[in-house]
Amino acid sequence: MSVDSAKVRAIAELARLAIPVDQEVSLAAELSAVLDLFDALAAAPVDGLAPLAHPGDPTLRLRPDVVSETDQREALAAVAPAESAGYYLVPKVIE
Amino acid sequence: MSEWETVIGLEVHCQLATHSKIFSGAPTAYGAEPNSQACAVDLGMPGSLPMMNAGAVELAIRFGLAVGARVAERSVFERKNYFYPDLPKGYQISQYELPVVVGGGLNVRLDDGREKFVQLTRAHLEEDAGKSVHDAFHAETGVDLNRAGTPLLEIVSEPVLASASEAVAYLKTLHTLVRWLGVSDGNMQEGSFRCDANVSVRRAGEPLGTRAEIKNVNSFRFVEKAIDYEVERQIRLIEAGGTVVQETRLFDAHKGETRSMRGKESAHDYRYFPDPDLPPLLIASADIERARAAMPELPEARRQRYIDELGLPAYDASLLTADRNTSEFFEALSTAVPAQAKLCANWVLGEWLGALNANGLAPEQSPISAERLAGLLARIVDGSLSSKMGKQVFEALWLGDESADAVIERLGLKQVSDSSALAGVIDEIVAANPKQVEQYRGGNHKLLQFFVGQAMKATKGQANPAQLNELLQAKLAGA
Repeated sequence: MSVDSAKVRAIAELARLAIPVDQEVSLAAELSAVLDLFDALAAAPVDGLAPLAHPGDPTLRLRPDVVSETDQREALAAVAPAESAGYYLVPKVIE
Repeated sequence: MSEWETVIGLEVHCQLATHSKIFSGAPTAYGAEPNSQACAVDLGMPGSLPMMNAGAVELAIRFGLAVGARVAERSVFERKNYFYPDLPKGYQISQYELPVVVGGGLNVRLDDGREKFVQLTRAHLEEDAGKSVHDAFHAETGVDLNRAGTPLLEIVSEPVLASASEAVAYLKTLHTLVRWLGVSDGNMQEGSFRCDANVSVRRAGEPLGTRAEIKNVNSFRFVEKAIDYEVERQIRLIEAGGTVVQETRLFDAHKGETRSMRGKESAHDYRYFPDPDLPPLLIASADIERARAAMPELPEARRQRYIDELGLPAYDASLLTADRNTSEFFEALSTAVPAQAKLCANWVLGEWLGALNANGLAPEQSPISAERLAGLLARIVDGSLSSKMGKQVFEALWLGDESADAVIERLGLKQVSDSSALAGVIDEIVAANPKQVEQYRGGNHKLLQFFVGQAMKATKGQANPAQLNELLQAKLAGA
């Protein structure tokens, strides 16, 4: 198994997720299975091939530098969980 | 202490002077109502897609050419993953393995007069995050996403700076350059030019020490203080038997110290990968050549030209090229008043900048155009005005919109350069002061000043001093 409970806890912290202790073992098994799949992919013979991040070889389209968006704060704030004085509110973040 | 060497590399986040954001059409103007300039793309709403701003690419090319770097024909945007409330997507779009600008460097003049070439590692395009407000709400943090998606150029230097003052000299040179090029407004109070400093120390001759990264310092003075503090902290730590930990530190401007940002320690694994929403950025050589052709004369080249071709002192040349608008004003003035570069420099650096500073104005807000000031200097050059009278005319130009000639006419300020008129005045003075004339002719040449004073009094200060001196000396010599 490539992922153990300690790794699960570290990943959970990076993702700011609270994982119940009794799920650590089963999650470790599931994540290991995912990584095993990637190991199988990694075994494919790719010598001499450049990595392909964007299939089909597209190129980035550019737009002119003009302001095209109007103020949509009210509409966007309407779907925010909490909002006050124009700010979106989240649980207190301690620096 | 002298056995220790300091090694500093700087990362500067420079806000690009575009109208719209890097991946959306929302405006980038500073100071708007919270969240009034953040659209669905900036908020990372599901289904929204980034669309690259051509203006940001153009500014990155301009910067790359100005520092002699390679502008990459192909660069790639990647996702830098971390969790923070002011980063709604959960990742920042940045460039990692293939940045848009590679290498290059800047010639920096240090405080002690030495020059140092500071190599750049790279400069890459990325989006800014939003802003968290921690103290305005009771149990919550407020998030303003107006800044989210603002285009940044992150300019990374090699670790080649050896002291806080070298770091500041480099930053000032870079700051002048990005403003000169119009790449950024460089406004440090508004966060348009922020700096992270990677600082380490080592005993002379030893390999590089472990570095600490000081985050987000936004003034030259704070950069200097933060680095000085950090260097001393690391030396003391090592001398006491400790080891420096690689970590991110925050500069506390009130206490003048750096302190560890422990909360972010475990978040260092950013898991970069190419952004599937953004194909590679391709820059055609024609675009690079077009940018090259439109490149203005750079501050360093202009400074050297002022010294070599206009014969200005290095000090004047540096001051005149510290800011593009000041330099353009001088250009216009010295073109309108040919072959008088030093006179023009004196007036620009003296009266003009002095008046701007006293009134809290930027060069582009000057109430006197270069053309009107040229009108004044022309009257000094042709001898109509003494410099003292010139200052009086300058004040009138500053307050009104008359031409210099109109002011001179209105105030009746014309210097008396008519030699026959002056000769008459001198004759009277010589006749009225026989004793002094005798003493002068007896060898007391200091008395010349007495006669000059009398003549100035008689002409109400309007005599041309050079001419007056000449005529007086001739007269007193017994001619």
